Amino acid sequence: MTEFTQAAPVPPTRAEYCVIACAEAWRDAGEILASPMGLIPSVGARLARLTFAPDLLLTDGEATLVRPDGTTEGWLPYRQHLALVTGGRRHVMMGASQIDRYGNQNISCIGDWERPKRQLLGVRGAPVNTLNHPTSYWIPRQSRRVFVEKVDMVCGVGYDHAAAHPETARHHRIPRVVTDLGVFDFATPDHSMRLASLHPGVTPAQVREATSFELAVPDDVPRTRPPTADELRLIREVIDPENTRAREVGA
Amino acid sequence: MSDKTTTADEVVSRLRSGMTLGIGGWGSRRKPMALVRALLRSDVTDLTIVSYGGPDVGMLAAAGRVRKLVTAFVTLDSIPLEPHYRAAREQGAFELMEIDEAMFMWGLHAAANRLPFLPVRAGIGSDVMRVNPALRTVTSPYDDGETFVAMPALRLDAALVHVNRADRLGNGQYLGPDPYFDDLFCAAAETAYVSCERIVDTAELTKEAAPQTLLIKRHTVTGVVEAPNGAHFTSCAPDYGRDEAFQKAYASTPWAEFAARFLGGDEQAYQTAVGERS
Repeated sequence: MTEFTQAAPVPPTRAEYCVIACAEAWRDAGEILASPMGLIPSVGARLARLTFAPDLLLTDGEATLVRPDGTTEGWLPYRQHLALVTGGRRHVMMGASQIDRYGNQNISCIGDWERPKRQLLGVRGAPVNTLNHPTSYWIPRQSRRVFVEKVDMVCGVGYDHAAAHPETARHHRIPRVVTDLGVFDFATPDHSMRLASLHPGVTPAQVREATSFELAVPDDVPRTRPPTADELRLIREVIDPENTRAREVGA
Repeated sequence: MSDKTTTADEVVSRLRSGMTLGIGGWGSRRKPMALVRALLRSDVTDLTIVSYGGPDVGMLAAAGRVRKLVTAFVTLDSIPLEPHYRAAREQGAFELMEIDEAMFMWGLHAAANRLPFLPVRAGIGSDVMRVNPALRTVTSPYDDGETFVAMPALRLDAALVHVNRADRLGNGQYLGPDPYFDDLFCAAAETAYVSCERIVDTAELTKEAAPQTLLIKRHTVTGVVEAPNGAHFTSCAPDYGRDEAFQKAYASTPWAEFAARFLGGDEQAYQTAVGERS
């Protein structure tokens, strides 16, 4: 009998858990445009497209709709993109410089808007996104500076502001917020933020430490699911062989 | 038919301080930078700039030419935050009308259609309404009763855009993947100036490209400027990509030093200085 040893598979990294947590945002999304912003959401969207959400549309980040192998399958310049947003067949995952307990998001500026301490990007498409289709968020480094009690400028509309405009905000929905520590949703009676799952190795105390507001934490918080062997192979060999994901979230 | 060819300096000589100027392109993509550089050589100032902002906004802000900015963002794309725009905002250097990307587009549409406003389901519930107290809402007269932002028309005194090709009459053609909103800027403006990489005969425009690449129609155009490399350092696909190294130098060099080195002379001097650098 010959004996041989097989190299033990490298266990999933924190970044790979984040990829899975982002990919899950598009599960059962159907034939809509997935708009990931940031490295890890991009890997996640492509993973979802290659596995459990095969009908997703993806862009090359500019004006072209592309299949995962790079084949062009459509044209989506900004003007048509903005019409698609209003049509609602899209789920975007945006970044956030600040996010609060009701999911209000800020990418415009820090401090007083009239004369900001730090000027950032501007509202971009956050207002139109959040009023028209599902909007999730990706935060590579959760901290009290990002998870704030109140954002300085409401760009992406949160549940409390949406509730004040029930007719206009009838398409408003924030399915999830993914960070380097865990996954969050708004499945509470008042739509305040709740810890939905923890990435392996993270404690609820760590999450509270990195959050400025009162967070809903269930007694028994689930763990973020691990990637399957096939998903790991797709992430490591097909989608992101250069391991760019490690630049956004370290070990 | 009138020949509308002119020069960047002649275009700027027709602009006045205090005007509302729309600038085409998007972020650091196909911006009419040669026209912006001509503007920087002039003494035209006190401008209201309407732009999906990139280095056009950064440069005009750094040079102190902006009284008011209408925008949804200012970015260099590969460098997310525009340093000169940031500095100007943090010093409270000008007034800002910060609106959503879609509100901006519908504001141009309203102007192009001579409408006072168009309803937009964007802005409601956000602080766009707080920081723009002049914005009004409009309620649907139909059964849904939905309330929208009544996005006011963004009327422009002049539009500046850059495309790949144009003829002498003002028919403008884009050959890259995205037209951006350059046709709308021209239609929303009293006067519109189109710079291009190359002026060609009208028949040449559709020799190798489909008619739908003819983005800008001559009835909306006042002047045509041939400006090779005129979008530099922003991208102008397929003629050239963004000059990332130069953009990085722009973003990391103090403005006075950058301006002295690259903007002291005419466009030819600029292009020569760019060439010597690479």
